[in-house]
Amino acid sequence: MTLATREALLAFRRAPMLSALSVTTIAFSLFAFGLFGLVALNIREALSKLEDRVEIRAFVGDGTAIESSAAALGDIQAFPEVATAALGDIQAFPEVATAALVTPTQALERARSELGEFSDVFDAGILPASIDVRLKPGFRDPASVRAVAARIRSYEFIEDVRFGEEWVEKLYQIRNVATIAGTVLGLTFALVAVIIIGSTIRMAVLARAREISIMRLVGATDSFVRRPFLIEGALKGAMGGTVALFLTWATNEIIGRVVFSAEFFDVRLSVAGIFAGALIGLVGSAVSVGRHLKSV
Amino acid sequence: MIRFTRVQKVYPRTGVALDDVTFGVGKGEFVFLTGPSGSGKSTILKLIFADELPTSGEVKIANVSSATLRHRDVARLRRKLGVVFQDFRLLEDRTVEANVGFALEVTGAPASVIRPRVARLLTQVGLASKAHALPPELSGGEQQRVAIARALANDPVVLLADEPTGNLDERATRGVFQLLREINGTGTAVMMATHDLDLVKRSDCRSIEINHGRIVFDTGDNSPGVV
Repeated sequence: MTLATREALLAFRRAPMLSALSVTTIAFSLFAFGLFGLVALNIREALSKLEDRVEIRAFVGDGTAIESSAAALGDIQAFPEVATAALGDIQAFPEVATAALVTPTQALERARSELGEFSDVFDAGILPASIDVRLKPGFRDPASVRAVAARIRSYEFIEDVRFGEEWVEKLYQIRNVATIAGTVLGLTFALVAVIIIGSTIRMAVLARAREISIMRLVGATDSFVRRPFLIEGALKGAMGGTVALFLTWATNEIIGRVVFSAEFFDVRLSVAGIFAGALIGLVGSAVSVGRHLKSV
Repeated sequence: MIRFTRVQKVYPRTGVALDDVTFGVGKGEFVFLTGPSGSGKSTILKLIFADELPTSGEVKIANVSSATLRHRDVARLRRKLGVVFQDFRLLEDRTVEANVGFALEVTGAPASVIRPRVARLLTQVGLASKAHALPPELSGGEQQRVAIARALANDPVVLLADEPTGNLDERATRGVFQLLREINGTGTAVMMATHDLDLVKRSDCRSIEINHGRIVFDTGDNSPGVV
């Protein structure tokens, strides 16, 4: 074990109360950030699910006899060749995730299943065939949806294109507001956490000012003095991060049982959270020790 | 070894601490720094171990000049010096052995070197049997001996002692002074700031008296020391 690591670990034993206070402060700062992160994650998930429903429905004109009969038979193979070729084109659009032909029969079945007790209001043949297009994530904003819709509308056999323009606009606005609010709040929470953690670490550094002055007196370089503090800061940060993760998980579990079930961070995000704690501890220590070394 | 040339030190709040101070200390010399409180004795020692830099003039220690000293050179310079203070400045939660070994650890010395060297140093200062004691368990004289052992850890060319007997009774004072003389006898220059004029009078060592930041008396010839 290196001297720096040993000194960092010994610091926990020499000042257990101060170390516990540091870890607790870091834990609660990160817990507040974690709760915010959880809310942000769930809002993002909810919006993402809503965005999955963004769909362009291009209605195929019923001006051709072939199309009409094909629709009547419900045979997708009998669609006009031009529409089948167009489907291939549309599927190749970079924005498009899936594109599917829906025959009048299929459209009728879908309408009946969606309307439940009113399933008998439609007669066979009144619904047109359509090409239903779903877009890839990242292309569900109004401008992209509008652009894809315009390109699909340019096919001669397409009679009408619908995508719930107003709904897409509103969803996009909500997403933008959520992103901006989330970023601002997230940065604020992170900044507050960094300030609180930085102050806690500064307190730990000041408590060991005498030790630092003795280290320098006997010829320790600044990097030698700094090293144990950096390791200690990173360890405290990681411990605080782990406690914060546990507290966030426990809160999520309680909410899940009492109110509603919410998404929790996946393993990747959880590990990233602990690393973020370690990083904040490391940076906080580096700044505090650096400032202290400059001031003496 | 130590050379002060027209050194002036001015503190922004308290004003002139040293004014036009010139003196030299040669290899293996024993020099007392005397003078009333606030006369500038500690400032001279701080300038030597680069805790302060002169406002003007030059301080040269073992061929290292204050004029060209960079922040990163300070640690290396301090390893050539040993410093002891009136308040011992020991790490109270570490054993005597660990306190002395600490000065070697910061230089990156391996444990195989540190252990026998610490044992030898503790024997030299008469504390071999207290290696595992904590500083608060020792008397003032013993704590100062630990501080001296730590100061000697890196074989310094100069040992600086700022009122090392200030907190000690007469017997402990004699013991610490005797130890400093023994160390000086091995070739290490010693510069000791003290209020204890009896101690100065009883010895035949050179003394430099400071008052109001100026040298008022130097029993040496004030010629430049070996630099």
